[in-house]
Amino acid sequence: MATMTMIQALNSALDVMLARDENVLTFGEDAGYFGGVFRVTDGLQKKYGPTRCFDSPISEGGIMATAVGMGAYGLRPVVEIQFADYIYPGYDQIVSEAAKIRYRSAGEFTAPITVRTPYGGGIFGGQTHSQSPESLFTHIAGLKTVIPSTPYDAKGLLISAIEDDDPVIFFEPKRIYNGPFSGHHDQPVQPWSKFAEADVPEGHYTVPLGKAAIAREGNDVTVLAYGTMVHVSKAAAEESGIDAEVIDLRTLVPLDIETIVASVEKTGRCVIVHEAPRTSGFGAELAALVQEHCFFHLEAPIGRVTGWDTPYPHAFEWHYFPGPARVIEGLRKAMER
Amino acid sequence: MSSPELKKNRPSLSLRIPQPKSRPGDTPDFSNLIIPDAGAAPRPDIAAHPREMMNLAWSLIRVLDSKGRAVGPWDPRLNPETLRRALNHMLLVRAFDDRMYRAQRQGKTSFYMKCTGEEAIAVAQAYALDRNDMCFPSYRQQGLLIARGYPLVDMMNQIYSNAQDPVKGRQLPIMYSTKEYGFFSISGNLGTQFPQAVGWAMASAYKGDDRIAAGWIGDGTTAEGDFHYACNFASVYRAPVILNVVNNQWAISSFQGIAGGEESTFAARGIGYGLPSLRVDGNDFLAVYAATAWAAERARANLGATLIELYSYRAEGHSTSDDPARYRPADEPRCWPLGDPIERMKQHLMALGEWDEARHEAAQKEAVEQVRAANAEATANGTLGEGKIPSVKTMFEDVYKDVPWHLRRQRQQMGV
Repeated sequence: MATMTMIQALNSALDVMLARDENVLTFGEDAGYFGGVFRVTDGLQKKYGPTRCFDSPISEGGIMATAVGMGAYGLRPVVEIQFADYIYPGYDQIVSEAAKIRYRSAGEFTAPITVRTPYGGGIFGGQTHSQSPESLFTHIAGLKTVIPSTPYDAKGLLISAIEDDDPVIFFEPKRIYNGPFSGHHDQPVQPWSKFAEADVPEGHYTVPLGKAAIAREGNDVTVLAYGTMVHVSKAAAEESGIDAEVIDLRTLVPLDIETIVASVEKTGRCVIVHEAPRTSGFGAELAALVQEHCFFHLEAPIGRVTGWDTPYPHAFEWHYFPGPARVIEGLRKAMER
Repeated sequence: MSSPELKKNRPSLSLRIPQPKSRPGDTPDFSNLIIPDAGAAPRPDIAAHPREMMNLAWSLIRVLDSKGRAVGPWDPRLNPETLRRALNHMLLVRAFDDRMYRAQRQGKTSFYMKCTGEEAIAVAQAYALDRNDMCFPSYRQQGLLIARGYPLVDMMNQIYSNAQDPVKGRQLPIMYSTKEYGFFSISGNLGTQFPQAVGWAMASAYKGDDRIAAGWIGDGTTAEGDFHYACNFASVYRAPVILNVVNNQWAISSFQGIAGGEESTFAARGIGYGLPSLRVDGNDFLAVYAATAWAAERARANLGATLIELYSYRAEGHSTSDDPARYRPADEPRCWPLGDPIERMKQHLMALGEWDEARHEAAQKEAVEQVRAANAEATANGTLGEGKIPSVKTMFEDVYKDVPWHLRRQRQQMGV
């Protein structure tokens, strides 16, 4: 067992998989010699050689396309898209190709690809380094979408994603790469080393896809969150005195509906929290599912606390980001009736 | 900065919209085509630097001359037995297309695409590649499957979306897929397969394999980013891949000038990427074979990728959904200066004294008969027109390796 940041945990997952399986290789912009702009592939080229971990041209379409070709050959590529905001040139290859190839070839060709990409705001990245585009992928038949919120989960989920035979979009909440974030941007960052979730086994282990975790047990209201917003939601519960049960979804597709339903049936209330814009965000799907499955248990309307339907504005970062004050307001509203 | 006064004497800016030389009602005009003599293009060593062969991107590699003789350094010197087999394969492709076109018109299926006039390309390339090399085709390379011996009845089962359809009724007709025959699932999103072929080739090199990949797109699709991703990655990683651009002059109703073919050749796009770039007479079986074999040898020698423009002409509509007489002169195909690939191969074999009219007629009949027999078998399996399609239960399979809960529930909701 070692103490790891989320970056170190992700690096360790890649290290473990490169060592175990010769069909695993990883590439992306600046991912080779330099080890990635966030250092997730640091040292891997030196350890495994330039054909196992290498730099790619600035070409997300080319990265995704060659990964699809490699998958058709029988490799298990892990590609890095430097920022989730850059993924759109590769979208056709993800949506029309990687996601559909098993179906359209009746299982003969598959795309066992993992797409790692840092997402989310809170780092003053402006509108092209802050987006949360997860709902553009959860909507696509054939894709799995995973978002960890701790170093332990990041490593275990990434190993599961790499071992999975379907394409997985693996969003990394970059704001919490080095430590959890309560949403209080004016307070100093707490490093991961102060938290139990940073205790990470050095070898191989998995956290299964499709299983949520209860990040905070509670009885008053269920909060559905993922990534950075798990930590913001936990902080909101502590500060408000509202005994919220915070569910960390971890995988958006396939979704752990059982854990969600059990919690909402217990609390009778539900607030959904995500950083992505509200309209057609993943919260809309969650609200529909909770309503379908738990209607007769609900004591109050399902609430949503989200980013606004604007681009992510640089100077207004903390007006856009759904911080603790907005989450607390959402919790209070859910408790009113 | 110039003053407004100085600008007054200049003409206003004007926007150019490229136009083909002839439209319906016009006399077909190919007077602007420069067609070098057969045998004129030099054949460089496979190890030569791409800089030493740049002229080949603006030239046209041709082997068969106007009398049907094979001439020049690119003559692959195939034996008559191979030439006859190739001619039979091209005849089979044409017979297959004719039968399936009629099947669509008869309502047995929704859609079909012929490759009339382009038969030499896929058939010759299948001959030049090894059987285990991996193909990432576009939608007009049915000749690859036929030349590799894929059962005609399986192609038809796919076209009819019947219970024996290898891809279970999930794909538009002609979007075949067969791993066993080294033929990647065809995509309707044009061009995506081009950089995928590069990725497959990179994987083959990564594993120290000896197989190479080949990809195909059309002239129109060179305008997609995927074309450039493919050239770039193939060049950067020296991937063992052949990148084929089939320039058949027409992208549905848009002539190749709309993709930028008037300013330079499509082969010349490869020069900026440092790729050997060959422009080849696509209606000349021997030239296509020779250029492809050259590129394959080069790729297998770890010297990297080659871009090949196969210069041809789409003699019929884009698909069963368009009428070419609406956008080009109806007799334009007959006037194509590079002729018909089957006629040219026939002429060549006859010039060699290895073929005659009677044998040709017999071979045509044999091809039609083979297609008829396969079609009888396929239609017995059912057709989309009759509603004899695969079990709808299978609709929810293969979205993922295992069926997740939400898809299980949707299947139950549908009651199957």
